[in-house]
Amino acid sequence: MSVKVVLPNAFQKHTDGAREIESKAHNLPELIVDIETTFPALKPHLRDEQGQVRRFINFYVNDEDIRFLGNEKYAFQDGDEVLVIPSIAGGSCSCCSYCGQEDCVCY
Amino acid sequence: MAVAYELRCRECGKTYGNTPLSICEDCFSPLEVQCDLEAARGRFTREAIARGPSSMWRYQSLLPVPEDYVPATPAGWTPLLQAPRLGRRIGANNLFIKNDAVCLPTLSFKDRVVSVALANAQIFGFDTVGCSSTGNLANAVAAQAARLGLKAYILVPADLEPAKILNTQVYGAKLVRIDGNYDHVNRLCSQIAERFNWGFVNVNLRPYYAEGSKTVGFEIAEQLGWRLPDNVVVPMAGGSLITKIRKAFKELIELGLVKEKEVRFFGAQATGCSPISTAVKAGTEAIEPQRPSTIARSLAIGNPADGPYAARCIRESGGWAEDVSDVEIVSAIQELAETEGVFTETAGGVTTAVTARLYAHGRIKPDELTVACITGNGLKTTDALAGAYETEQAIRPRLTDFEAYLEELDGDKGDRERDRVLVGGANVR
Repeated sequence: MSVKVVLPNAFQKHTDGAREIESKAHNLPELIVDIETTFPALKPHLRDEQGQVRRFINFYVNDEDIRFLGNEKYAFQDGDEVLVIPSIAGGSCSCCSYCGQEDCVCY
Repeated sequence: MAVAYELRCRECGKTYGNTPLSICEDCFSPLEVQCDLEAARGRFTREAIARGPSSMWRYQSLLPVPEDYVPATPAGWTPLLQAPRLGRRIGANNLFIKNDAVCLPTLSFKDRVVSVALANAQIFGFDTVGCSSTGNLANAVAAQAARLGLKAYILVPADLEPAKILNTQVYGAKLVRIDGNYDHVNRLCSQIAERFNWGFVNVNLRPYYAEGSKTVGFEIAEQLGWRLPDNVVVPMAGGSLITKIRKAFKELIELGLVKEKEVRFFGAQATGCSPISTAVKAGTEAIEPQRPSTIARSLAIGNPADGPYAARCIRESGGWAEDVSDVEIVSAIQELAETEGVFTETAGGVTTAVTARLYAHGRIKPDELTVACITGNGLKTTDALAGAYETEQAIRPRLTDFEAYLEELDGDKGDRERDRVLVGGANVR
């Protein structure tokens, strides 16, 4: 059993330009470990300081957000195509646009 | 800062200069435009703004475009209306409507963000632009791309309102209907933007695009006589607008154009697509995606990219978020039109209904200065009112028929007698 994993452009700097991998992972946690093992340089970028996968990274299985399929519990099927796509936000809120600090003391 | 504005990662702080990019290479988080407020300090003054054009470009020195940029489209500078009649109905004594239902050129607030996005598309040398859209953005991109001579590809969910489809096609844009909801369309656009060298206003140009929303906040403050309101009620789709209005207020405070004040931010969603209001009510910034099912299709984003920031903005400001049913949305569209003469689309119905509820629940006090943001025009979603009004039977062009019609209408002949015009003391019949 294997799934095809399509990586975003943003990852390529850390994957020597690779855009796609085949994985034998059975579910999302296994897949993330597999990606990190294949591309060790990607690991520190994929997870935050607490070791959690960064919240802006989304996973889709055959066009559907994996969170609608059971997220980590979803069992990959042979031939699934998994898309990894970072969220595109442009928001700003607590961070001060002047000093750039979350806890701004400018005023 | 060496330049007047540049991209900066929201999470890790890495800077990128200016380039069509929306995701940090290091932590894959969203990039944002950071303006150099010190550099703008001398130019961004009340006097200089007052001398500027009657459009959002009066705030050009805090928008991400070069100093010598000459805008092609005068978007924004929409009316801020007092709303006493609506106020009386919902228990508000100091309520204002920011009316972007009449934002030019395509009658929604999206004209603001597109103006900034396409300015940057030209600067980066794109000859083709595009977007994923729930409708209003499609109209805005199509119109302004036509004006700038850019090719446009617009991707929309297949079930979009016919008026919004027509209002995109008429400008000669290539409209691509996608068999899926907005979140499917948006994901596809992320992939397309990686494959084609196009400027997608809400993908690779998004950091620039989003800054255009600040002009709603700048205008509210200026139109209130350079002061900030107590509360702002904002509709939420992707969640960007509410955070950018707050950013605008902070920049005005920083530059000394308004007195410092903690404005409370209230978010409005439709219950059929309420991932942000659900998070706010649960006291979290973690957004659980939803499958949208609401007539408010311009707000139907089940996986809102700026959701965590919007939820944080609301929580930190001491505000709240609410969501309302489709029935309430339609009633609110009618109520706003009947009381204030403003015909808004379904998103405006959401904002109006949520505003009413916030007063009813005591979350906004009657005397507080409150601005409700109406972001789109009712002519685009007339299907939401299908069946709301009966088609009247035609009558003959005779006065007697008209009088009989009035009598049938309410059966109150006495009132009608009094309504007759008296000329020279004679009752003219």
